[in-house]
Amino acid sequence: MSYTGHFRVWRGDAEGGELKDFEVEVNEGEVVLDVIHRLQATQAHDLAVRWNCKAGKCGSCSAEVNGRPRLMCMTRMSVFAEDETVTVTPMRAFPVLRDLVTDVSFNYAKAREIPSFVPPPGLAPGEYRMAQQDVGRSQEFRKCIECFLCQDTCHVVRDHEENKPDFAGPRFLMRIAELDMHPLDAAAETGLDRARTAQDVHGLGYCNITKCCTEVCPEQIHITDNALIPMKERTADRKYDPLVWLGDRIFRRDK
Amino acid sequence: MASIERPRPPAGVHTPGRAAIPARHLRTDRWWLAPTVTVVVLTAFVVYSTWRAFANADYYAAPYVSPFYSPCLASDCVPMRGGADLAVFGPWWGISPALIVLIFPLGFRLTCYYYRKAYYRGFWSAPPACAVAEPHARYTGETRLPLVLQNVHRYFFYFALAFAVILSYDAALGFRDPAGHWGHMGLGTLVLLANIALIWAYTLSCHSCRHIVGGRLKHFSRHPVRYRMWTWVSRLNAHHMALAWASLVGVAVADLYVYLVASGAFADPRFF
Amino acid sequence: MTAVERHNYDVVVVGAGGAGLRAAIEARGQGLRTAVICKSLFGKAHTVMAEGGIAASMGNSNPHDNWQTHFRDTLRGGKFLNQWRMAELHAQEAPERVWELETWGALFDRTKDGRIAQRNFGGHEYARLAHVGDRTGLELIRTLQQRIVALQQEDFADAGDFEARLRVFQECTVTRVLKDGERVAGVFGYERESGRFFVIEAPAVVLATGGIGKSFKVTSNSWEYTGDGHALALLAGAPLINMEFVQFHPTGMVWPPSVKGILVTEGVRGDGGVLRNSDGKRFMFDYVPEVFKDKYATSEEEADGWYADPDTHRRPPELLPRDEVARAINSEVKAGRGSPHGGVFLDIASRLPAQEIQRRLPSMHHQFRELADVDITAEPMEVGPTCHYVMGGVDVDPDTAAAGGVPGLFAAGEVAGGMHGSNRLGGNSLSDLLVFGRRAGLHAARYAQALTASQRPAVADAQVDAAAAEALRPFSAEPAEGTDGAAPAAVGAAGGAAGGAAGGAAGGAAGGAGGAVAPPENPYTLHQELQQTMNDLVGIIRKEQEMEEALTRLADLRTRSRRAGVEGHRQFNPGWHLAIDLRNMLLVSECVARAALERTESRGGHTRDDHPQMDRRWRGVNLVCELASPPDQLAAQDPAAGQITLRRRDMPPIRADLLDLFEKDELRKYLTDEELGQ
Repeated sequence: MSYTGHFRVWRGDAEGGELKDFEVEVNEGEVVLDVIHRLQATQAHDLAVRWNCKAGKCGSCSAEVNGRPRLMCMTRMSVFAEDETVTVTPMRAFPVLRDLVTDVSFNYAKAREIPSFVPPPGLAPGEYRMAQQDVGRSQEFRKCIECFLCQDTCHVVRDHEENKPDFAGPRFLMRIAELDMHPLDAAAETGLDRARTAQDVHGLGYCNITKCCTEVCPEQIHITDNALIPMKERTADRKYDPLVWLGDRIFRRDK
Repeated sequence: MASIERPRPPAGVHTPGRAAIPARHLRTDRWWLAPTVTVVVLTAFVVYSTWRAFANADYYAAPYVSPFYSPCLASDCVPMRGGADLAVFGPWWGISPALIVLIFPLGFRLTCYYYRKAYYRGFWSAPPACAVAEPHARYTGETRLPLVLQNVHRYFFYFALAFAVILSYDAALGFRDPAGHWGHMGLGTLVLLANIALIWAYTLSCHSCRHIVGGRLKHFSRHPVRYRMWTWVSRLNAHHMALAWASLVGVAVADLYVYLVASGAFADPRFF
Repeated sequence: MTAVERHNYDVVVVGAGGAGLRAAIEARGQGLRTAVICKSLFGKAHTVMAEGGIAASMGNSNPHDNWQTHFRDTLRGGKFLNQWRMAELHAQEAPERVWELETWGALFDRTKDGRIAQRNFGGHEYARLAHVGDRTGLELIRTLQQRIVALQQEDFADAGDFEARLRVFQECTVTRVLKDGERVAGVFGYERESGRFFVIEAPAVVLATGGIGKSFKVTSNSWEYTGDGHALALLAGAPLINMEFVQFHPTGMVWPPSVKGILVTEGVRGDGGVLRNSDGKRFMFDYVPEVFKDKYATSEEEADGWYADPDTHRRPPELLPRDEVARAINSEVKAGRGSPHGGVFLDIASRLPAQEIQRRLPSMHHQFRELADVDITAEPMEVGPTCHYVMGGVDVDPDTAAAGGVPGLFAAGEVAGGMHGSNRLGGNSLSDLLVFGRRAGLHAARYAQALTASQRPAVADAQVDAAAAEALRPFSAEPAEGTDGAAPAAVGAAGGAAGGAAGGAAGGAAGGAGGAVAPPENPYTLHQELQQTMNDLVGIIRKEQEMEEALTRLADLRTRSRRAGVEGHRQFNPGWHLAIDLRNMLLVSECVARAALERTESRGGHTRDDHPQMDRRWRGVNLVCELASPPDQLAAQDPAAGQITLRRRDMPPIRADLLDLFEKDELRKYLTDEELGQ
């Protein structure tokens, strides 16, 4: 069962480009990436596309399909009608390199700005003890395959280039949450308050929790509910809640 | 939500260097549906509740009290037998007593993490939908006044808890007949019960609540009781959106029911 | 002279999977300036696909576990062909390598008392695999990636530059290891984005490029697995060993195309899934070998009883070792009883209620639903053997990971050979990456540190020019305008070869302009033919005639690949990239075919239909592949002679104290009487 599908693929580079129409064979059980590969093998040998595992595990083939940020390897052709035109463009929040390939260095730069895990002093390798319920939250965030679709869809930077220096984006605010919830992270002992810096340095306040990051996440991580909002609450503890501040002082609460 | 396109330097998805695609978005699905529904429903609720809040009438039909008017903190309320009739405000308060208390549930919902998403998208188009360019030239999110005030959500949550207790009390009073004798149940009793159940579910599913009961802890294993509470709240929290809408409709329906009975348009069917 | 960007580092690591990143961390930890080069984006390496876990005898689940037991399991799995010293080091050091990951932020699943949970896996005597659900590989890569970022942050704090001592060159491909005399002098490569060439001068190069799966049609490997490191080592003059041993997983999806090659976990069969042919027959009962007869059920009734009550029933034959299952599937397909797309049916849908399948196999269910619209609770899957892992690789020193014969060249991970012998145990791959990645990084660093400034090798311009010419050849493969067009194909082939030689010697586009007129070959077509050849003729079950046929076809492909031409420009041009990768795939494919033809026995990941038994006399023999002639003249080879020479080499005898870990009876199955006598 195959048919001729209509594809519109953006071709070009940083200088300019346009959507080009293709008629291409589509077979049963295929995903968008299969069809892009067929285009590459038959009609456009130099069509640039980034991909790797083709199994939804590496997060390389991020693009926008009919205007929605998606992994091409996880977008089944069966969700489209046979006469529907499928439009594939590169991610629109990042500079384009060529065709479907974008320059995602913004994300790697942001990754470097997040202070790393601080190992607990006095514990040798092999002596770490952590309860499963204590690592569960951070483990969810570590499912992230760094496809950067959340970074792409987030309007804070997608629609406002000027916010890029001040905003880490959902993926890396989630990384802060991951470390802040890590049961053995010793950042606080070194004077680093991850919750406070999430707001002051990494731009958590820009997030208006409109949940697009969660909507596009191919790993179904609840970025907004489990990472961003809890971080906003933790920030509120530090910055906007005199009662908590007082309580911490009086009861010398350890968390 | 037609926005007027004014010429301005290319920005957002049209920033030089990004893929040159003239369209502001390429979505082919009905992305505008969700924000439109949000706007319609929220506007309808605001219109209705404004009318009812200012009406200052038909809010008590023994034994039922409208959730808009409870607790009554003014002295000029209609007498409500056994009700939360606290008269904190003296007779100088001349207008509807609903206005004193409605500020709290209003604030709770206005700063709610779910409603924020809904109205930022629906009313403010920031963004209207995922990957649909927003019409604003600048965006600072919740980094400065007034939106930084959204961080007070937890205080509204504390008030919301108090209100939920009072409305529970009101619902319990629904089991008395108009004369004050226990052992009554009418359709109104069920309406108030359904309303308060939704209010509780919505209030307890709040993200601030989730944080307070356990989310703020680093080690769940050292606080088994709070961990269990956190898992319960988390389970509710997953349905926060649905509960937000359901309880919104619930409050309006409860008020409307009391209005209909109090104004004599409808007689409360009595089961026993 | 070709204008290229030049960099200078102490250690260059080619590949950014588990082994490469671990090597880089170690080399930087020794204070050396280290570069990592990877074909994909940083953090996307194929290691993320590993699901099961990291094998390490930490003894968290069973206190009886220790390195000796792990060593024993590894040797049994590899059928005693393992480089025993590597297996020893691996078993001893794996726990430290896992614990170290925790100090870098890894979050493994936990036991009740808070230690790292360990799970059971085929071939391991005890529950031994540290894991995070079914995404252990992702955790490993992310942890190493974040460790590298942490080191870069330290450098930023010290020097104001994140990349002062550790830099990742992502989306770059290395096409040549450059040499100064015998010694390594650096690498030559291109940026995939821009097509620009670059040279990194460095006295030490660590190869950590992974496997070769993309030479096969059905594979669980990603596009990156084109055998680059294997080929780079060969071209640099280092030998490969054990190339005949390729691990096939018996049940990879063969349909639909979007999931072709993707593994269907053994758990599906363990939980009741059965294999059927196109007649609907549960055929595995016909394939129980004599030696297993007493352990496996002979009737469906008995087999079905095993799932609920394994004590009084024999195992269903679907749970035979991987090679037996694969051989059975292969036979059914060849006998014409296969599924429509060349596999057999794996049916769990009719065996368990849908809810139960979802509960027991959530990620399988989810994965196929998401990727291919296949509902495994409703319909049978079409499965067949899929190429999964290559045991063979660069011949390395077990302690230092140094490649043989080329000072300054190191190899670790899947690209290195020896550790796994003839077959790898599940879970041993991730621990291999960590143990030998670290060792390679450490010894590469020591090697580089030992050199004084005047001793450092230099990169000669001629080598850079030659490498550039070789890389550019696909653009000039089209016939020049105005040629007469009547020359037969043979002339075109010769012209191509001559052009290659010229390119190798002095650069230039002679391949196209020098009178060759055969039309350029489409690299995609060549690649497909190569994959088909390897799959059909050097696949999971091998025969002498088929492999000879394969060698003929490979020679033809090699000749044609000289004319692989591409259009467009150098910026992110996948057709060009593939044309360059073809050289590597053809080299390693020839190694696999030649070694497999030579080894006349069946052992581990090498199954000969015409020699079905394991032969003790082959136990101590490695087959060593080397380039047949100096690398510069690679292209000029006579097609029939091939590019690879093969020789046999005896393995060093296993140390006595390690042999003492086994029962004499068991050793008798593997070792010859003379070996036992010593």
